[in-house]
Amino acid sequence: MDFLRPTTWADALAAKAEQPDALPIAGGTDVMVEINFDLHRPPALLDLNPIKELATYDTAEAPVLSRGDDPPHPPVKSGWLRIGASVPYTRLINELGDALPGLAQASRTVGSPQIRNRGSVGGNLGAASPAGDSHPPLLAGNAVIEVESAARGVRMIPATEFYLGVKRNALEPDELIRAFWTAPATGAQYFSKIGTRNAMVIAVCSFAIALHPEERRVGTGVGSAAPTPRRATAAEEFLSNELDWDGRTPFSVSAAQRFGELVKEAASPIDDVRGTADYRKHALSVMARRTLTWAWNDYRANKIAGREAS
Amino acid sequence: MTSPVKSPGPVKPNGPVRSPGHVAAPGMGGVGDSPLRPDGTLKVSGEFAYASDLWIDGMLWGATLRSPHPRAKILSIDLGPALAMAGVHAVLTHEDVPGRKLYGLDHTEDQPVLAIGEVRHQGEPIALVAADHPEIARRAMEKIAVEWEVLEPITDARAVIAEPDRYRVQERGGIARHQPVRVGDVDRAKAEAAVVVSSDYSVGIQDQAFLGPESGLAVPAEDGGLDLYVSTQWMHNDLKQIAPCLGLAEDQIRMTLAGVGGAFGGREDLSMQIHAGMLALYTGKPVKMSYNRYESFFGHVHRHPAEMRYEFGATAEGRLLYADVEIILDGGAYTSATLNVTGNAASLGVGPYEIPNIKIDAWGVYTNNPPCGAMRGFGAVQACFAYESMMDKLAEACGISPVRVRQINAVSQGSKLATGQIIDSPAPLAEMLERLEAMPMPAPLGAGPDGEIDIRALPGGVSQTTHGEGVVRGVGYGVGIKNICFSEAFDDYSTARVRLEVIGGEPTALVHTAAAEVGQGLVTLQAQIARTELGVQRVTIHPADNQVGDAGSSSASRQSYMTGGAVKTACEAVRAELLAMAERKLGRAFPGITQGELNVVGGKIMSRTEGVIASIEEILGDDVIEETREFHHHPTSRMDPVTGQGDSHTQLALCVHRAVVDVDVDLGLVKVVEMAAVQDVGKILNLLSLEGQIHGGSAQGLGLAVMEEIVVSGGLVRNPSFTDYLIPTILDMPPMRLDILENPDPKAPYGLRGAGEPPTLSSTPAIVAAIRDATGRALTRVPVRPEHIIRG
Repeated sequence: MDFLRPTTWADALAAKAEQPDALPIAGGTDVMVEINFDLHRPPALLDLNPIKELATYDTAEAPVLSRGDDPPHPPVKSGWLRIGASVPYTRLINELGDALPGLAQASRTVGSPQIRNRGSVGGNLGAASPAGDSHPPLLAGNAVIEVESAARGVRMIPATEFYLGVKRNALEPDELIRAFWTAPATGAQYFSKIGTRNAMVIAVCSFAIALHPEERRVGTGVGSAAPTPRRATAAEEFLSNELDWDGRTPFSVSAAQRFGELVKEAASPIDDVRGTADYRKHALSVMARRTLTWAWNDYRANKIAGREAS
Repeated sequence: MTSPVKSPGPVKPNGPVRSPGHVAAPGMGGVGDSPLRPDGTLKVSGEFAYASDLWIDGMLWGATLRSPHPRAKILSIDLGPALAMAGVHAVLTHEDVPGRKLYGLDHTEDQPVLAIGEVRHQGEPIALVAADHPEIARRAMEKIAVEWEVLEPITDARAVIAEPDRYRVQERGGIARHQPVRVGDVDRAKAEAAVVVSSDYSVGIQDQAFLGPESGLAVPAEDGGLDLYVSTQWMHNDLKQIAPCLGLAEDQIRMTLAGVGGAFGGREDLSMQIHAGMLALYTGKPVKMSYNRYESFFGHVHRHPAEMRYEFGATAEGRLLYADVEIILDGGAYTSATLNVTGNAASLGVGPYEIPNIKIDAWGVYTNNPPCGAMRGFGAVQACFAYESMMDKLAEACGISPVRVRQINAVSQGSKLATGQIIDSPAPLAEMLERLEAMPMPAPLGAGPDGEIDIRALPGGVSQTTHGEGVVRGVGYGVGIKNICFSEAFDDYSTARVRLEVIGGEPTALVHTAAAEVGQGLVTLQAQIARTELGVQRVTIHPADNQVGDAGSSSASRQSYMTGGAVKTACEAVRAELLAMAERKLGRAFPGITQGELNVVGGKIMSRTEGVIASIEEILGDDVIEETREFHHHPTSRMDPVTGQGDSHTQLALCVHRAVVDVDVDLGLVKVVEMAAVQDVGKILNLLSLEGQIHGGSAQGLGLAVMEEIVVSGGLVRNPSFTDYLIPTILDMPPMRLDILENPDPKAPYGLRGAGEPPTLSSTPAIVAAIRDATGRALTRVPVRPEHIIRG
């Protein structure tokens, strides 16, 4: 197995172009497990660790999508975060927890402290496992993935278009993930995940919710309950119309029930060793109702994930 | 491993007679003290050399080709492409086994070293490769072409019992052992019982999940023999199986214990020992084998899964009149420890309760499911989940508390077990339950100063599935009884060699045994015993090897009793010789020397009447005293094959648990809030290690209660990884309250009672009882899964 170690981003893109079957590796928390288990023997590893910029983040204007559409968040034009693919979960929790509470909560459920010190969203996106913990909050928060190739330059791909199948994403063979873009939370965000132990557990299923009050819209993400992470679009539309954004009055029990049902319907889970399809559907409806309650209570109290909104 | 030297404390020369144990400890690293483990810091800091760290220049790497099928015929094997690869030194099959082609525990010898014409479980070894590099070995394995005729696996243990001749997994047939127990007249008691409760129970396959995978190094020696460095639980028993298969005499194989990363029964059977030996003998080079985590799940036996049917009858007041019990244990394809596991399930099948009429049928059967054998608790765990669940059903049916129903029926010293064996040492079960019930309860949820709830304290933990919604608290109790040391007429003696000499002006004891330190703290205890018995501070523990006699297995909670007993006995012999030497060298006789007139305390030979006589180094000079002693426990008898009667157990130990759980009843997730335990250990030898054993045993029981299971379908393991075989983390294992009793067993060294296994039994039923209390669900299977809780 070849071990490629470019020191600049340009060199990395060139290496990927030259050897498209080289598997990028950063923290190695996924890739090394697969290699150890003999599940995957890539012909080459492309080590991204020397490229320090991938472990940094900064603020940016709203991204312009590659297909020329408007940015996904018309009301939020500036103050976006552009977060390098290798920024580890520990830093997302410690440094960006206020700006991205949903992603920080999801990051907190990833593995052990040691894994969180090395693992990153870039790795989650590269592996594109339906059980990846960062996917639901990226979907609920309308994140955009920045990918690049030496031949064609940058592509900006909305999270909703990034996941194509089980462990399959929208990357071309010569492309690398450089960063993801997301606007800081403008409303409450929550992430909830089912596992059969209380830490260090892969998701049986998971759910993320994000309120976007400036758009009067609810974002959702469903994890580990379909071939890909996905939004519960019908549930979002129902709830966005149902909620009293101006009066901030409580929602009805039946609205919460309906929201839970629609989230459940958005999933197409399977029976596997971690849980049954029926249980996953049931659990998603419970998590949907509970996270909605927490989020709306925060909104009514003018809070974002338990903290005062600015 | 030496201990830090401390100055001896003051000694009263004319006091009453005190045994060394009274004088030299505690506070000196002797028996009763908690000296730090010599291996502790190394293990925590990652510097300890485990078997997987073994390395010698020029060694080859061994790899094992394993069956993907649970049952299949091997039509052909083509080794050619693998042998042709550069860097490959050997590719071996059963045809290359130099000696006997079968091995097994307890003279069962029904397991092929390498598959002969057919495979009987997934992961069965078929061929071996030795290569310059593990990656080359792996690629060579992939090139071995096997032509299969895949057969329908036999996986239904109950069907095997019904038609053992039809479902023959191997030549010995379908049933490994049927052990009945018959006491009184169950049919008549059925007519008299005012209250009858019954249920079926099942236990999934638990794995030992030790962290150090099977590893070892075989080095060919000039005499045609081998030096073997392996992580095992019982070197001498390994040797008895390895030598005949390699065609070597036992004394041609020098075994040294390599660093063992946990065992829990999973290293009682051989794994890579014979394989590495074959490759080393064939190639004439050292060969290392080290399984990865995936292979480890196929490299050792697991805990037997069980299907059980229980019926209890009682008086209206809750006094048990009869038990009618069927226990089916699925041992997989080969015998392993199934015979003895089945015996335990039978003899301990109704627990520590007095029941006048008993009918138990315990079955151990062969199937093509994963092979099962020894694991902490050894046949007593499965039955304990069932009989304790039954006691709760009985309490409910009689309208009395779970604690009360257990107390009414509890054994005590002098009680008869189901086997007719009289419990001959203290067994204060009713009192233990009383103490347990009186322990303070944990605070209710959200009782903190500001009422805030940390999500880590809730079901789901950091996964944030609840902020308190749907959470219901429950409390449950569990009781367990475990046999200590080997049972059923087995003479599992231990041997210790102790040497006393002056090194650098300081008297130093060297303790040499073949006993396996598997993480339980035995080397620490051996040194404590030597300090206490010889009055010395500096003790060195010789590496465990087979250059000293058999120590028996690090199993059955027996090493404190047996190897502790052997070290104590050898030390007593050394001490007697030292005192005799003192008489000779001082040229005078001390009357009453055997009555304790002379003793060794704090490095000095003391007379009861005259005080200090001389220092050890003055008497020893350049002389060396070395004594080797065997220690045997009192003999036990077999179980009668028809009635199950017999004094089959060496010692019996009790532990009781109370579990408090919070259950998210909407999602079926569980947080164990607290466990409390009362255990009678006879004598505390090392409190720190003992508490660790109780915590660890309770955690392993927690794992079985709510998460640990090897999931199997069609004979295939579906979760051979630590991603999907879950063991408890620190967020799953709650703080414990412990109450440790010391009612001595007069037959045992220091009065001790083995302590490692009992807490593994009782924590599981206590936790499940607490979940039932919170949810009202029947929960007849462990591990309890979220689906069981939300659906009932």
